[in-house]
Amino acid sequence: MGIENKLVDVIGSDIITTTAESVINWARKNAIWPVTMGLSCCAIEMMAVAASRYDIARFGSEAFRASPRQADLLIIAGTLTKKMAPVLRRVYDQMAEPKWVISMGACASCGGMFNVYSVVQGADEVVPVDVYIPGCPPRPEALIYGVMQLQRKINDMKLGMPRHEMKPVVVGESKEDQRVPERMTA
Amino acid sequence: MSFTAVAQPVDFIKERLGSLWDQAVLEHIEFRGELTLIVKPENIVEVSTALRDHADLRYDVISDLTAIDNQRDEDYTPEKPRFYVVYNLFSTKTKHRIRLRSAPVGPADDNQLPKIDTVTTVWCGANWHERECYDMFGIDFVGHPDLRRILMPPDWEGYPLRKDFPVNDQEVYQYINKQLADE
Repeated sequence: MGIENKLVDVIGSDIITTTAESVINWARKNAIWPVTMGLSCCAIEMMAVAASRYDIARFGSEAFRASPRQADLLIIAGTLTKKMAPVLRRVYDQMAEPKWVISMGACASCGGMFNVYSVVQGADEVVPVDVYIPGCPPRPEALIYGVMQLQRKINDMKLGMPRHEMKPVVVGESKEDQRVPERMTA
Repeated sequence: MSFTAVAQPVDFIKERLGSLWDQAVLEHIEFRGELTLIVKPENIVEVSTALRDHADLRYDVISDLTAIDNQRDEDYTPEKPRFYVVYNLFSTKTKHRIRLRSAPVGPADDNQLPKIDTVTTVWCGANWHERECYDMFGIDFVGHPDLRRILMPPDWEGYPLRKDFPVNDQEVYQYINKQLADE
C-alpha cells in the first residue's frame, strides 16, 4: 500500500502499467559513460569534474572509457581544429547507439575566440550536438549541469525516436535557468 | 653581481670569421646587448658552419628558426626582400647568443617559392623549424631532407602566416574557393 504510492510518485505512473520507456530511460540516463575528447583547456575542467571535489560519478558517469565502443556520451572538451575534425567524426561513428554529444566550452560550441584558418567554427559542423555548454572554460558545476540537462532530455526520449527529432539544448537558455534563486532564510 | 652580456663583442666575432666576414656579412646590428648579423643567403651555410665549429665561438644550438613577412611594412617596395629568415643561436660553451638574418631569394607568386639553403646539415634541430617556415610562409629550403607540411593538413592550399592570407575562417573559405576557381 504505502510502497505502491511511493513507486507511483517516483515513476510517475501506475506500477502495474509502467511503460518500458520510463524504465529504460531511467536506466540510460543514470549511467551515462563518457568518452573523453579532451582536446584543449576544457579537458582540465573535465578532469576536475571527474576528480573528488565535483565528482561526476555521483551522477552516473562512473567510468570515462577510452574506447568509444564502450561509451555512450561524447564530451567534446576543447578546440576542434580542422586537422582533428575527421578523427572526431571517426570516434563518433564508432560509438554504438544510443549516443549523445555534449559540446563543452566556447571553442567546441562555436569556435570560441579562434575565428581563424585552422579551427572548425563549432563541433556541430562535424557531429550532431545535444547539449551546448558555454564558458571559457565552463566551471565544473556547469558541466555537471549540462549532464543533468542531458539526463532530462533522455527522460523525454521515446523508444524509436529518430536522432534528428531530438532538439539541442543550450545551458542557460531555459526559463528555469534564468530565474533568480530565492534567498535562504534562517 | 656583474652584468654578463648576452652577445660577444662584434670585433671578437669579426676577428674569428676573418675574410668570411667581408664576403658574407652585409651589416651587423647591436641593440641592448643583442647582436644580429645580416648574412647573404648564398653564404648562410658557410657562416653557420664557421660559427658552430670555431673553438672560441661554438654556437652549437639553434634555439629558433623563423621567418618574417615584410609585405605590410610602410616602406616596403617590391624591390626589397619580402621574407627574412631569422636564426637564433646559442653557445653552450660560452653561454652567448647571436642572431643571423638572411633573405631568401626569388619571387613569392605564381606558385614560385623563395629559396634559401637549408642549415639542417649544420644543426639537426633546424629540421622541424624549417618545415614550419615552409608550411606557414612558403619558403623553400633547398636541400632539406623532408620538406613537407608540419602543422596544416598535408593537402592544404596556401601559406597561412603570409600577410596576404585571410584571418577569419569565412574569408579563408572564400580565398580557397577563389584559388580553385582560378585554376
